[in-house]
Formats: sequence, C-alpha cells, structure tokens
Amino acid sequence: MREISAKLITETVRGLCIQAACDLPEDVENLIAAGLEKEESEFGKYSLEKILKNVKLAREDHAPMCQDTGMTVVLVEVGQDAHIVDGNLTDAINEGVRQGYEDGYLRKSVVSDPVLDRKNTGDNTPAVIHTEIVPGDHVKIEVLPKGAGSENMGAVKMCKPSEGIEGVKDFIVNTITTAGGNPCPPVIVGVGIGGTMDKCTLLAKKALARTAGEPNPNPAYAEVEAELLERINKLGIGPQGFGGKVTALAVHVETYPTHIAMMPVCVTLNCHAARHKEAIL
Amino acid sequence: MTLIKKLQTPLTYEQIKDLKAGDQVSITGVIYSARDAAHKIMVDALHANLPLPIDVEGQIIYYAGPTPAKPGRVIGSCGPTTSGRMDAYSPEIMEQGLKGMIGKGPRSKAVIESMKKNKAVYFAAIGGAAALIADTIKKVDIVAYEELGPEAIRRMEIVDYPCIVAVDCEGNDLYEIGVEKYRVEV
Repeated sequence: MREISAKLITETVRGLCIQAACDLPEDVENLIAAGLEKEESEFGKYSLEKILKNVKLAREDHAPMCQDTGMTVVLVEVGQDAHIVDGNLTDAINEGVRQGYEDGYLRKSVVSDPVLDRKNTGDNTPAVIHTEIVPGDHVKIEVLPKGAGSENMGAVKMCKPSEGIEGVKDFIVNTITTAGGNPCPPVIVGVGIGGTMDKCTLLAKKALARTAGEPNPNPAYAEVEAELLERINKLGIGPQGFGGKVTALAVHVETYPTHIAMMPVCVTLNCHAARHKEAIL
Repeated sequence: MTLIKKLQTPLTYEQIKDLKAGDQVSITGVIYSARDAAHKIMVDALHANLPLPIDVEGQIIYYAGPTPAKPGRVIGSCGPTTSGRMDAYSPEIMEQGLKGMIGKGPRSKAVIESMKKNKAVYFAAIGGAAALIADTIKKVDIVAYEELGPEAIRRMEIVDYPCIVAVDCEGNDLYEIGVEKYRVEV
C-alpha cells in the first residue's frame, strides 16, 4: 500500500487548472497550424491566424487563452494499492480547483443550482469528478476545463441497432451541422458509442482526453473517424462558422460493449481551445 | 477584407448603413459587456416598466464575461461568448435603441428581423482569442449588477477592437453566405 497525501492531490490539481487554462497542448496547436495550411476561406484563415497568435500570447503571458475557463472536469484513476491520507479525494480535488482558479486569475463560472437559483459559487467548485479504480499504486489526474460554448452543442441519441454504422455517422454529422458556428470551430469531436446512456457520455468525454488526432487503435474505428472527419469538413462551416474547409481538427471515437437492444451514441465537442493537462502521482 | 473600416462609438445610422456582412472593422470608444444573467435582469426590468441600468441608445453590447485582472492590468482575458443564448432578450434591448452587438456564432431569425427593423448590426469577434482581444481594452468599470461577478455589466473603453460584420442591418448573414460557399454536397 502506497500512501499519497490529499495535500499533494490539491497542489497537483491547482497547478493543472492553471496550466490547462494558459498552455494549449502542442498536439492541438499543431492541428490548428495544419488547418491553416489547408484552409482556403479568407475569414477562415483570418480566424486561424488570430487563434494561433492568441495561443502563443497566452502561453508567454501566462494568461487564459479563453475567458471561459470552464467547469472543471477531472478524470481520476486511483490505483487499488494507493491509499489517500490526511483528507478525502473529492475535497482534495475541489480544494485544488478553488486554489487554481483563485491564484491563476481564472474565471469562476459555476452556479450553485442549475435552474432555480443560478448563483455563482465564487470559486468554480464543485468540479465534475469521474473516478475509476484501476490496478497499481498510482493516482492519475487529468484536468479538462470544459467551456460552455462547445459543451452546449453536444447531443445523445439512443440509436436503434438497425440504424447501423451509417445511422451513427449521420447522427454525428447532423450534430455538427446543428452546432454550426456556436462551439468555436474548428472543433475536436469526442464520440462515445455503446454501454448505457451514462456510459456513452463518459466515453465521449474520455475521447476528448486522447492525444488530438491520434486514431482509435481498432483500424475499423480509425477508418470511421477518418471518414467522419472528411464528411464534417465538407459541411462548409469552417473556422468560427464563417465558412471554410476546416470545421473539425479531429474525430475521436471510443466504444464499449452494449445491450442486444441498444446502440447509444454521445457526441461531445471541444472548441479549438481543447484544454487538457494530466499528472501521475 | 483588406480594407478595415474604422468605427467610433456611439454608432450612428450613417455609420451602420454602410456596413455589409463580411466587412472587417475596428471599433474604438465605449462598449458595455453583458451576458446571460444581466440580460435576464434587464429584460425583467423592462417588463416591470423600470429603466435599464445603462442608456443603450446608439450603444454596443459585448457578450462577454472576463477573467479577473491580474495586478497591474485593467482586465483579464476577455473574448466573446456564444450570442445565441442572448437571442431571447436582444430584440427587446434593440427596441430601447441598442445599435450594435459583439459576440460569436449565428443569431436567430427573430433577432435578425429585429436588427432590420431597428437598423442594428451584429459583429463577430474570434471566440477563444481572449488574451489577444484583452489588449484592445484600455479601461474597465463595473456599472451595474456587481453581484453577478463575471456577469456584471462593465463599461469598457476600447481602442481598435477588431471584428467582422457578421449580420448587417439589411439582414445579410455571413454565417449563411460563408457556409454556403464552402459546403460540398455529398
């Protein structure tokens, strides 16, 4: 049994929140730069140039690249041989978010009640925490600050098995069409297929945490991803929705076994500021 | 898009009538930030026959909620938010004389109809380019609803704030024109 202090978890989450807001991962930046090479539309190129300039400025200036520093999604793997001491995991993570958003001058964007009393909690807590127990004695923490512009454009459909892969693809493409310029394209498309309704939404979020542009290890799904990317980039939406060829930077599909009568699909989107930082303790 | 049209607030009809969807502009003067919660309170006030906390005649509302300013800075990062969430409120604010809106993403048919009627213009800024945009904001004061934190109404003095005319006062919509141009039938 390895002991990991709650204080270390708090410090780690604090740091990841600040880094994620200000420092876009290179894999995403490279895809945006490659998009600029491909883009033909005048406004599309204009947008991508500004976006890349902003990424660099944010990194140099330690400033948030986007004012929407998100609701904090935290994916945690806890090794079954790790023992968290001097506090509990949930409180430690939320304390890290609280400190990170305060010390990093990040925007606090969480309201305490979703409908009846939309009062800002003032410290961006609570985070949305997904914890998984895995073999080993480590703790892995991934922080994905999730902006609302893109998150609002996601969708879930409980497809019928008879709809097949074509039905799944049509649903994904239609979701992007409906989203249009709202989610700050070019987007990264996270897709979860299988499990139950809740499982497919979590798979989709995990798909967003994958290195941007890395294909699914299953060649059949890698092909689905490539075909979806091509179809999405023919929609004409383009950067910021001004029209163009680069609407999505990548499509990531994650799958899980499902019931004989089900074929659930979730599409979740990340804007071009696809923020993601992780640490292993 | 090579010519950048310079605009000074408050906006006049003379300025607005020459703006066409797809024009690149640079705005200097005073604008007011307001987003979801502030819009709801403003429209509730109008329904109760109460005055708005700011005189919107000829003004521009910027759909934005900044990050906190670091010491020595006037503002943190401050890019546009999704305008579509304000669609439910914008026509009523335009009826009060509002002439410009800055945000990102397409607008509803009802908003565009109200823009035509009220001779208003919708500008798009680059969503997510918030650190870059912050450099054009020179002075910031909270003027209403301070309790809303990032959603409070802020008076901002801007110099050469860059954006694109997304919908002009005749209802021409870059989000439709641009997408149609690059859409490939499959």
